[in-house]
Amino acid sequence: MKIVYFAWLRERLDKAEEDVELPSSVETIGDVMQWLKTRGEEYELAFDNPKVIRAAIDKTHVRPEAKIAGASEIAFFPPMTGG
Amino acid sequence: MSGETVRITLDAIDTKAETKAVSKAGGNIGAVVTFSGICRADEKGEKISALHLEHYPGMAEKEIESHVEKAKQRWPLLAASVVHRVGRIEPGEIIVFVATASAHREAAFQAAEFIMDYLKTSAPFWKRTEGGGREAWVDASEKDEDALERWK
Repeated sequence: MKIVYFAWLRERLDKAEEDVELPSSVETIGDVMQWLKTRGEEYELAFDNPKVIRAAIDKTHVRPEAKIAGASEIAFFPPMTGG
Repeated sequence: MSGETVRITLDAIDTKAETKAVSKAGGNIGAVVTFSGICRADEKGEKISALHLEHYPGMAEKEIESHVEKAKQRWPLLAASVVHRVGRIEPGEIIVFVATASAHREAAFQAAEFIMDYLKTSAPFWKRTEGGGREAWVDASEKDEDALERWK
């Protein structure tokens, strides 16, 4: 699964994207965040407060309970500040 | 609707050319409303030398297009244009430009506000400040979330 990161999430993780093998027990966006937190200190810190993290599946906004089955790209980013 | 533009660019926005394109999009245009969002010289009371705008390519365009589409369903628009800059933007420069055209002003005014309100909260762009002693990501504003209430 391709995962992309933006803004301070990208900076804290020091990567803009990565390919990961998700265990089959990981079914939702919330599960992905929980699983990422187990991958190291920088992930734990970056995903410390899930309330300030937004997610998208294949470039569409989704909520933490969204199922990831069939997704080809998952994105995590802070609340948006454009305009 | 004949003219519809959604563009993300690294270059300065030529508001005159953008406004002209929308005004001449065709149909019975009687009103064009334009909005320019400009980089302020200070953020939370601290002077900044620039903003850096980052976006999620593909999704940013898609989000804006979907809200232009929703505006079209809600108001009788004859044209709409949204141009958003990314990269380094200095105070006084335009970050975002929205133009809407309709036969009468009410639809054009409301559609421009609607598009901006949704762009602020759902289009994936992020601002980081440069200068002011430190570099920092700009926090999202609750006021922007509240602005959506009136369209529900």
